[in-house]
Amino acid sequence: MMRADLELIYDWVPEGAHVLDLACGNGELLEKLGRNKGVTGYGLEIDHDGINACVERGVSVIEHNLDDGLSSFCDNSYDQVIMTQALQALRRPDKMLDEMLRVAEEGIITFPNFAYWRHRVHLGLRGYMPVSKSLPHAWYDTPNIHLSTFNDFEHLCREKGLVIVDRAVGVGDHQGHWKSRLWPNLFGEIAIFRVRRR
Amino acid sequence: MPDSDTLAFADRPEGSVGLVTPHVARFDTPLALACGKVLPAYELIYETYGTLNAEHSNAVLICHALSGHHHAAGYHSEEDRKPGWWDAHIGPGKAIDTNRFFVVSLNNLGGCHGSTGPVSHNPGTGRQWGPEFPMVTVSDWVASQARLADHLGIERWAAAVGGSLGGMQVMQWTMTYPERVANAVVIAATPRLSAQNIAFNEVARQAIRSDPEFFDGWYAEHDTVPKRGLKLARMVGHITYLSEDAMGSKFGRDLRSDDLNFGFDVEFQVESYLRYQGDTFSTAFDANTYLLMTKALDYFDPAATQGGDFAKALAPAQCPFLIVSFTTDWRFPPSRSRELVDALTRAGKSVSYANIESPHGHDAFLLSEPRYDAIVSAFMNRAARELNLPQLAKQELETEETP
Repeated sequence: MMRADLELIYDWVPEGAHVLDLACGNGELLEKLGRNKGVTGYGLEIDHDGINACVERGVSVIEHNLDDGLSSFCDNSYDQVIMTQALQALRRPDKMLDEMLRVAEEGIITFPNFAYWRHRVHLGLRGYMPVSKSLPHAWYDTPNIHLSTFNDFEHLCREKGLVIVDRAVGVGDHQGHWKSRLWPNLFGEIAIFRVRRR
Repeated sequence: MPDSDTLAFADRPEGSVGLVTPHVARFDTPLALACGKVLPAYELIYETYGTLNAEHSNAVLICHALSGHHHAAGYHSEEDRKPGWWDAHIGPGKAIDTNRFFVVSLNNLGGCHGSTGPVSHNPGTGRQWGPEFPMVTVSDWVASQARLADHLGIERWAAAVGGSLGGMQVMQWTMTYPERVANAVVIAATPRLSAQNIAFNEVARQAIRSDPEFFDGWYAEHDTVPKRGLKLARMVGHITYLSEDAMGSKFGRDLRSDDLNFGFDVEFQVESYLRYQGDTFSTAFDANTYLLMTKALDYFDPAATQGGDFAKALAPAQCPFLIVSFTTDWRFPPSRSRELVDALTRAGKSVSYANIESPHGHDAFLLSEPRYDAIVSAFMNRAARELNLPQLAKQELETEETP
């Protein structure tokens, strides 16, 4: 059983696509996509254990710091660029979005939604920076330096003139509860977007 | 390489292949070389570790670097003070696990450790080959290695593995004989030498060629060797193998004695170390071979025939690649390995890349480092799994334990 956001993304990747998976972790998404849908491509990762796990399971993985950009990848050389749970840890998430949609026509992005109601309770009522399953770090040692909300991301996409092909949210291990579909910015813990350049 | 003699045969750690004996294969079919000359016949000296399985599908080729040779693992005698040059990585339970792989390691053509080279007898002239030994290239080596594979009944290597110049041979294998390599491990290598790399090689060559004892390469006939030249060549080479940090932490500005003596004798520890390295090398290595090997490095440039496009040159390759670099390597730095990776991704090949943190510069590829060992092990484990190679020793143990 994969992480909830990965399960959803799995369906969004077409058969036989050539993809880049930024921050691919232990490679489980790419492995499953490769095995069942004939998807090819590479994972980029910086975590040593993740890289080793990918190599062990036969997923092509390249040690690469996403803050260095994607300049080693040519324009339109992939069908999709996927980036799960890394947007908030980048120095310039907006520049990465540009880069993703330079390398491929379509991008899939997931990140923790800071406007999730539990986070609001943490901050608004109790007055503390939220710590949750999707944001497990304390404020002082978190790698998540650019927290944003479901609405913030939509706003950025509009500003950039991008087309939002699909959007969804994950809550805990489930996804697609009616409340989170109706009010994603309040009830979605993980924001999941599929965007395209116009 | 570590200088300690704590790895003497008597003190060998677990995971040694133990005592090994080299073999010699003779080839009487002429070999046409890239330089246009033809080698009528030649011999290759090699060692093997582990057991070739019935399907001949578990063979791993080890390609050596500039001053390497066939003795990659184990000991030649119980008196040996050091094991083979890649003993850290080859043996039972190690990254290249001899419990399931059959490892072949040879001395390249033109070498001076037993394969046909400048120190061999030239049947055409009745004297030593000396400086008349034809220039050999990485492609020539790979062609000769393919014949060794035929000789051993190996149709396809489970993996070809090499560091530095060895890594270039592995790349060449995947382009020349793509169907004969199931996996490729390319460590601390480069798609081609930089101007700076060639410049260092040229300093080394000039050191040798300007030694009065060189005699245009005919030193053997004058019963001498260009020791001073070889020593200098090794000293300058050695500087490029280490990192500034490694030199700094190993020697700093430490003096041999307590005071400065305002002279040109050895004063700093680093001078002493370099001289020792140079001296040892100058009596153990053949000058003509050194010249040939550095030229082979300089000439390697598979992209040249493709208008500089390495991705195009790699088009024939079929196997998964593992590319490894080391953070403090400034001879072939991580950026050069990354060029390789980028060419492979552009060509759509299966490739994984790890940049290993190590203080040891280029020499890191010879040493053991937990993350380095782990990534090579992971790649080789996957290779073994895909080739259906059992963990021989473990399986035997399990069957023994079953009542």
